[in-house]
Amino acid sequence: MGAFDFLMQGLATAADPMLLFYALIGVTLGTAVGVLPGIGPALTVALLLPVTYRLDPAGSLIMFAGIYYGGMYGGSTTSILLNTPGESASIITALEGNKMARKGRGGPALATAAIGSFIAGLIATLLLAFLAPTIVKLALVFGPREYFALMVLAFVTVSAAFGDSALRGLTSLFLGLALACVGIDQLTGQARLSFGQAELLDGIEVTTMAVAMFAVGEALFIAGQRDQHDDEVTAVKGSVWMSRSDWARSWKPWLRGTVIGFPIGAMPAGGAEIGTFLSYATEKKLSKHPEEFGQGAIEGVAGPEAANNASAAGTLVPLLTLGLPTSATAAIMLAGFQQFGLQPGPLLFATNPTLVWGLIASLLIANAMLLVLNLPLIGLWVKLLTVPKPWLYAGILLFATLGTIGANPSSVELGMLLGFGVLGYVMRLYGYPIAPIVVGLILGPMAEQQLRRALSISQGDWSYLLHSPIAATLLGIAALALIVPLILRARGKGQVLAQLAGDED
Amino acid sequence: MKHLVLASLFAGAMALPAMADYTIIAPANPGGGWDQTARTMQTVLQEEGISKSVQVQNVPGAGGTIGLAQFASQNKGNPDALIVGGYVMVGAILTNNSPVSLKDVTPIARLTGEYEAIVVPAASEIQDMAGLVEKLKADPGAVSWAGGSAGGTDHIAVGLIAKAAGVDPTRINYIAYSGGGEALAAILGNQVTAGISSLGEFEAQIQAGTLRLLAVSAPERLEGVDAPTLQEAGLDVTLENWRMVAAAPGLSDEQKAKVTADVEKMAKSENWQKQLADKGWMDTFLAGPEFDAQLAKDTEATAAILKDIGLVK
Repeated sequence: MGAFDFLMQGLATAADPMLLFYALIGVTLGTAVGVLPGIGPALTVALLLPVTYRLDPAGSLIMFAGIYYGGMYGGSTTSILLNTPGESASIITALEGNKMARKGRGGPALATAAIGSFIAGLIATLLLAFLAPTIVKLALVFGPREYFALMVLAFVTVSAAFGDSALRGLTSLFLGLALACVGIDQLTGQARLSFGQAELLDGIEVTTMAVAMFAVGEALFIAGQRDQHDDEVTAVKGSVWMSRSDWARSWKPWLRGTVIGFPIGAMPAGGAEIGTFLSYATEKKLSKHPEEFGQGAIEGVAGPEAANNASAAGTLVPLLTLGLPTSATAAIMLAGFQQFGLQPGPLLFATNPTLVWGLIASLLIANAMLLVLNLPLIGLWVKLLTVPKPWLYAGILLFATLGTIGANPSSVELGMLLGFGVLGYVMRLYGYPIAPIVVGLILGPMAEQQLRRALSISQGDWSYLLHSPIAATLLGIAALALIVPLILRARGKGQVLAQLAGDED
Repeated sequence: MKHLVLASLFAGAMALPAMADYTIIAPANPGGGWDQTARTMQTVLQEEGISKSVQVQNVPGAGGTIGLAQFASQNKGNPDALIVGGYVMVGAILTNNSPVSLKDVTPIARLTGEYEAIVVPAASEIQDMAGLVEKLKADPGAVSWAGGSAGGTDHIAVGLIAKAAGVDPTRINYIAYSGGGEALAAILGNQVTAGISSLGEFEAQIQAGTLRLLAVSAPERLEGVDAPTLQEAGLDVTLENWRMVAAAPGLSDEQKAKVTADVEKMAKSENWQKQLADKGWMDTFLAGPEFDAQLAKDTEATAAILKDIGLVK
């Protein structure tokens, strides 16, 4: 049987009403936990693992698949409506999505996220089905130096993409990088900047930081404003659904987001966030409406949301072909496989085709079910914005706190949430962008570790970084992205550039 | 609004361990070995009727020392509280200079164990352990080893191998990855000279012929594993990455005996044995004074090698 026949057979198996019911439970739970900051898909799958022991493999895998995709999607809802990212891959969505929601365009923002997630999930799952063995070979070429080059590229494009002033953007980024140093250094096992506090040994939790910066900082800022009527939130303006121009502006970012997100998800040390950063930077560069970025540009929601769902499918590439879990959720899914006596790895596609294709078919069904579940809910969700402002922000504060202690019941964690919330307020007050600090916290440790690993392998020889064609190309693009604007500016074309990128300082 | 309700349900579910006979702390994130051990214990304890309801709680961080510290301070004299731990924790307590150690809890029993495997990519010119040792002797820095976190079992094993080969352990070029998986990718991608991790992490790749197994850290040859032990290869090293369960500090002798009896009943059940077989874990059950003695011996040896590598002053 060919791959296509297996897929059809898998779809036929998964179309069983009972299995569809499991899929429904999966996507509902997944969406719910994605919405809650702190309680991630990994914990949910772990909690459900003993339950699924009584189900057959097909039933439990289909439920896991639903939770996984649902979690990736659910994070976007709170990002857009409440400016509270449910997990780190939807931090970027909050930037444009929440601005849109406040202008009464929450409906189109949620719709473009839902449809973009669906399309990205569909394309990426099909890529997973037919190209996994090839893609994994490409992903393995990425060693420490290639990852480091990718991080450099992300730093350069991302710091240029945020805010109006490069100086303020970089200040915020470096604050994030400094905070990233806190905790046990992974390569030597020594503690840094932990001041003898056991809770700081593991570093600063990214979701705590993101929720503090976005939600708590924002709530303080709103409360601190004297004129309550200055920045009135409009619940719904125009249609709840996407207009013709919304569609026209969304479909390319969806496809580009998929192309960026999938391979980065497939890389063993990639991670969904990097794809969303790169997608956001790309959309800002290519948009015909760069002036709208920071004010609620639909491309800035469509691209990153597609990227994070595509990378969720990408994560399954190394899991199924190498038995290599690259995220916590994937690690638990691996445990789920082992529970049924299956060892994912190079031989899985050959020894257990029915199950692999069953899983892939479940992913497709879960993906479609998410769309069906979420599109009708959009009308209901945007009503949330009609809640009077003091209530809404009090609710957001409650929600953010609950999520943080739910994930880690510790007073230090709560203190950090409030402390960073105040920092977020101060930064807002003085016009410093807050996204770069979160980006620094996420990318900082990755860039540092990969650079040090590369130098350790080469025994201190820096030229090793350039000896790989991939790394050299990525670094070259990063250098161009840094130098070209400087040259343009020096030749008196700063005006043009300011219009193009909107980040003249 | 629906989600706020859900949120409070979740929070409520977490705040209600009062129904539980046992609460097991897994001092790591969901998905890792300790988490899986805790959740397997949960399943077997409940299904065998040893405990009516068992809760698992994850307290991740710093090689398990965060969970250990929290466990020791919050559960004094509580006979229903258990924590999962293992050899990695012994190393982490020393490297992190943790104020709480295994002396501050009541170790009950060793449950499972895995041996370390030393591998090279299939394309490597190195054919056997002797070839690797030769390279290591010629230039320790030129041999890069990919393995798990710094100061963990993998790192300690490399230190022991260097020492046994007469190479200065401070000069080893150990590249730490956050877990066996990420290290595996680096080995398969030919980024490093050799890789070291629990045998189970590499098994599928060895079978598929993409990795070459050079040696295992077992005292004797393993059944169904086609590789010599390190001792056969002329290196006097045996190392086992074991996992254990401990109870709270300050238990009376009767309480300790009751917990030990429950754990022993679990470990001897057919259900537990089946779970071990499914997961590829070895049964290394050891309890009582023998376990205490073994633990003291391992702690001492680990402290010595961590000093040799230079991770502990």
